[in-house]
Amino acid sequence: MAEGQDKKSATAPSCCCSPVVETPVSVPGIGVSSGNIGFGPWVVGHITTAAGEIPVVSTALESADRRGAYKARWGIGRMNYRVQPGLYAVGRPTAKSQVFVSANYKMSFDHLRSRLGGSDAWLLVLDTRGINVWCAAGKGTFGTDELVKRVIGCRLNEIVSHRRLIVPQLGAPGIAAHTVKERTGFRVVYGPVRAADLAAFLAAGFKATPEMRRVTFNFFDRIALVPNELVHNLKYPLPAAACFLVFSGFGPGVYAWERVVSFGLVNALLVLAVYLAGSIIPAALLPWLPGRAFAVKGAWFGLVCALILGVAAAGEPGVFRNTLAGLSWFLMIPAATSFIAMNFTGCSTYTSLSGVQREMRVAVPVQAGVAVAGLGLWTAGLFI
Amino acid sequence: MPQLKYLPNVSTLQLDRGKCNGCGICLQVCPHAVFVFEAKKAAITDRDACMECGACAGNCPQGALSVRAGVGCAYAIILARLRGTEPDCGCGDSQTCC
Repeated sequence: MAEGQDKKSATAPSCCCSPVVETPVSVPGIGVSSGNIGFGPWVVGHITTAAGEIPVVSTALESADRRGAYKARWGIGRMNYRVQPGLYAVGRPTAKSQVFVSANYKMSFDHLRSRLGGSDAWLLVLDTRGINVWCAAGKGTFGTDELVKRVIGCRLNEIVSHRRLIVPQLGAPGIAAHTVKERTGFRVVYGPVRAADLAAFLAAGFKATPEMRRVTFNFFDRIALVPNELVHNLKYPLPAAACFLVFSGFGPGVYAWERVVSFGLVNALLVLAVYLAGSIIPAALLPWLPGRAFAVKGAWFGLVCALILGVAAAGEPGVFRNTLAGLSWFLMIPAATSFIAMNFTGCSTYTSLSGVQREMRVAVPVQAGVAVAGLGLWTAGLFI
Repeated sequence: MPQLKYLPNVSTLQLDRGKCNGCGICLQVCPHAVFVFEAKKAAITDRDACMECGACAGNCPQGALSVRAGVGCAYAIILARLRGTEPDCGCGDSQTCC
């Protein structure tokens, strides 16, 4: 976290309130400025305040916003899916309107503004390098220093008469509310985890129910993360599949292309199938797989896959080169799915650093040992 | 649906009730309902639910809470081991990660 903060102070622009200061206000709708960060068609006007002109943004998401979110879920341009940090308005806010704080990841910004339809409010967008609120809070970029800098830089004390900032609860790991109060005079009120609960939170007089304060990790939460995992990790199974393809040509006698196109192809496709299944199904079935450690959940899934494969292969002798090669997959598949599932800890909303370290101390040596044993069997199977 | 629970007895979360002034901000910021009020002060009711995000400790004005905050991410831990750094979410500013 300290490292992230150092980096931030080294590269952050000296100005604090980008929509007002950095970008000419007469250009709503031009879309993109340098580095793909900028205003889009969602800027629908401007409002004049004591501290300058502030862009007014739409609270309705357009098809372009939805398309952008979909692409980001697949990892396309995800690290550059940003809006300019600074102050924005929705509706016609006054000095008494609430101030909502968000991150400059466009999906975070869109979540917030789409839930503010019909209200008049200010949106203070922090520079989190295009990272969502929770992850940025963990890194410290959604943090006390950045929040204080924006509040002062945007001259928020001249724009609103109250002294209240509504910060998403998941921003709390990066923010020290009492320090923000000391340094700016603004009181941080932690809003609900989900922007969808904002209306109820406001209606209840800034009170969140216990449910609003709890992070979930339901089926749809988990499935939404799978595409990015698939794309992000593809660099591992592709070379592995290529290796199985190429090495399948070895065997008694000379290197044989026939073996590559028969056994090799089956092996390479199996690697890709295990990667796909191992990335999707344990994520989907997480609560129902036995064990608490993700590596254990993944290993169970891999064992079931290997059993199904074994039953299928028993009816099709010749799919694998020999029994040894077939048996090797009983080791390699669970090792692989265990490793893939273990890496899903980073996507989850409830694993701790200490817990993952504990899990890895046991799981990694076991995964490595089993995988090496499987590779050994597979290699031995080439030559009998 | 079965409740998702992670490993027991691993969290580094500590609460010094002697320092607690009962402001209740830890109850507000905790995403896993680890805390409850007991005799007008915070108390830990479910330490095993703690994900060590650090929100409670960072927001406690009394310094009554401590936790080794970090990311529960195997990928970050592997990267940190390879680079000899502390595990954090920073896969690098330019790379694709969370």
